[in-house]
Amino acid sequence: MLEKLTTARIESAADLYDWDELVQEDRVHRLIYTDPAIFQAEMTNIFGAVWVYLGHESQIPKNDDYITVRLGLRPIILLRDSQGKIRALFNRCTHRGTTLCRKDKGSTRIFTCPYHGWSYLNTGKLRAVPWPDGYACDFKDSKFNVAQVPRVDSYRGFIFATLNPDAPSLLDYLGAITKPIDEWLDRQPKGKIAVCEANRLKYKGNWKLAYDNSGDGYHVVFSHRSLLEMENRQADVANKGMSYYKGSPDTAPMYMAYMGNGHHFKDKRPNIQKRAGGLWAVEGPAPGTEHYAEELRRRFGARAEEILDLASSEPVNINVFPNFSLLGNHIQVFEPVSVDETNVTWYGTAVVDEDGTLDGAVDEINALRMRTQEQFPNFGEVDDLANFEEIQRGLACLEDEWVYMHRGLDIPGRVKTDANGIITAPATDEAFMREYIKEWKRLMKATPHLAVQREP
Amino acid sequence: MQTVHDPSTSSYYVNEQLYQELVTSFADWQRDELAIHNLAERDQFRMLVEKEARLLDQLAFDEWLAMYSPECIYWVPGTPAAGDPRREISISFDDRRRMEDRIYRLRTGYAWSQAPKSRTVRMISNVETFATDQSTVRMVRSNFLISEFRVDGTRFLSGWCGHRLVRTAHRWEIRVRQVNLIDCDQNLRNPSIVL
Repeated sequence: MLEKLTTARIESAADLYDWDELVQEDRVHRLIYTDPAIFQAEMTNIFGAVWVYLGHESQIPKNDDYITVRLGLRPIILLRDSQGKIRALFNRCTHRGTTLCRKDKGSTRIFTCPYHGWSYLNTGKLRAVPWPDGYACDFKDSKFNVAQVPRVDSYRGFIFATLNPDAPSLLDYLGAITKPIDEWLDRQPKGKIAVCEANRLKYKGNWKLAYDNSGDGYHVVFSHRSLLEMENRQADVANKGMSYYKGSPDTAPMYMAYMGNGHHFKDKRPNIQKRAGGLWAVEGPAPGTEHYAEELRRRFGARAEEILDLASSEPVNINVFPNFSLLGNHIQVFEPVSVDETNVTWYGTAVVDEDGTLDGAVDEINALRMRTQEQFPNFGEVDDLANFEEIQRGLACLEDEWVYMHRGLDIPGRVKTDANGIITAPATDEAFMREYIKEWKRLMKATPHLAVQREP
Repeated sequence: MQTVHDPSTSSYYVNEQLYQELVTSFADWQRDELAIHNLAERDQFRMLVEKEARLLDQLAFDEWLAMYSPECIYWVPGTPAAGDPRREISISFDDRRRMEDRIYRLRTGYAWSQAPKSRTVRMISNVETFATDQSTVRMVRSNFLISEFRVDGTRFLSGWCGHRLVRTAHRWEIRVRQVNLIDCDQNLRNPSIVL
């Protein structure tokens, strides 16, 4: 247990605006997407005060492994120290502020600052400074140890961190969304996945445009029309991919659910035949599809269908506020860069089969799963990102101030709340957007006291 | 019995053997002792990659596809060392059907990332040709700089290509094109053109 919490001085966002004026029941003001001052405040009140996703344990599998990531705009070294403890160090030399590590990933016990040679253990503790006799102090003061995020926790391999000592536990923060996360993991052998590189994209637009979209069933047949036409162009029955959005999606069995704390869940699984091979039957064509399907069926017979489902896109969008999403087989991470620039990284995941549950099919199924995962970022996401950029351009119209999210609002019986407070609505409903932005507003009104921690 | 499959409508050739061929043939091929110095032969391959660049700038996709073998690969790795595509996500990894999908999508008129379309010019240079252990197979390295204008400005994409070319009765065909962007492992804005 690390000690010596030091409270960082922050300015309060609470007084910046009348937040109730900016975020109303049916609409939000354009400023929440365009104002640099709001973006600055978000870096404290959101990307600091709530649990933010940083990475997956498979990216730092061994002691001394690290990756460099960001918590909001703060450069972070996410690592497993020499004793196996996962830490999120500020990537910042305590001497002059230089970043200590400039590589995306690697393995080391010691980080040495390239500028003046101060070196640190991967616990964050200062190890040595060159020519110490030039200093009056003995460097035993903990203030010279690297600052680190005080609360780092994992949920089944997904690593989150927060600078807020008053935040609830990660488990309480995730709350009801753990159920779909569990189901997403538990369809994999032994409930495990490994990250295997990514489709890395970015767009010129505010980060919330991506989070608004993450549960949006209304845009699918319009924004993704080219993808739907493409993946069904050779199909006998045009049922590939998200074809179930055509016709009347609001009467289909799929639904959206708001799960609290800004998290929401689009569950499209009820649209799929509940049988082994049901998912594979609607997976669009990919390189190797016919070869691997025939090969697996030859070797495994009827059991091949459930194996093929592992290469198929799981029809869910599990969105954890503010920056993490599980969809298909991807881990999608939203990373704000500036008020109008956002990185959207689609980490691919591979099946891990440590004890041979798949009887040697793991390599084949992963070879196929890599190709199915490349489809949406190449042919779907690029069109969403183009539309996000065009929203940001449209919002330059200063005098047209409002953006609407009132689909489904005030229609009796359409939006339902259960005993646990989970709100469900038809697939194209914007209820999730209204609910998460209320949570965003609550957080923006608050004055969180963020803190870093250093080794004693 | 050998069944003939149409690679435009099914994908049987993307199998273990193809992946192994890719990983092997794209490792350690740019070796001085394999460089071809015959100017006529080098010029032939320079003209081929220049023609491909022109067809892509002109969005002449049918002619572009016709330069490829029936069973071909368009591969844009997501890491500088290219990696093993069986175990890693690529930026793009298309077989013929997916290349045709890519073109089909761009032509629907609903591919918003390319509506309006980008205008591009490609500069190709530093073309080098390398022999392989098969007389009917050549590897070609070329550097590229794509100047792309779309909507709100002009940007540059740069990198190098590795072409694996196969001699048929009448011509050299592109079996594999590996496109190595210098920033392949970084977040890319609107990567929706054919590189």
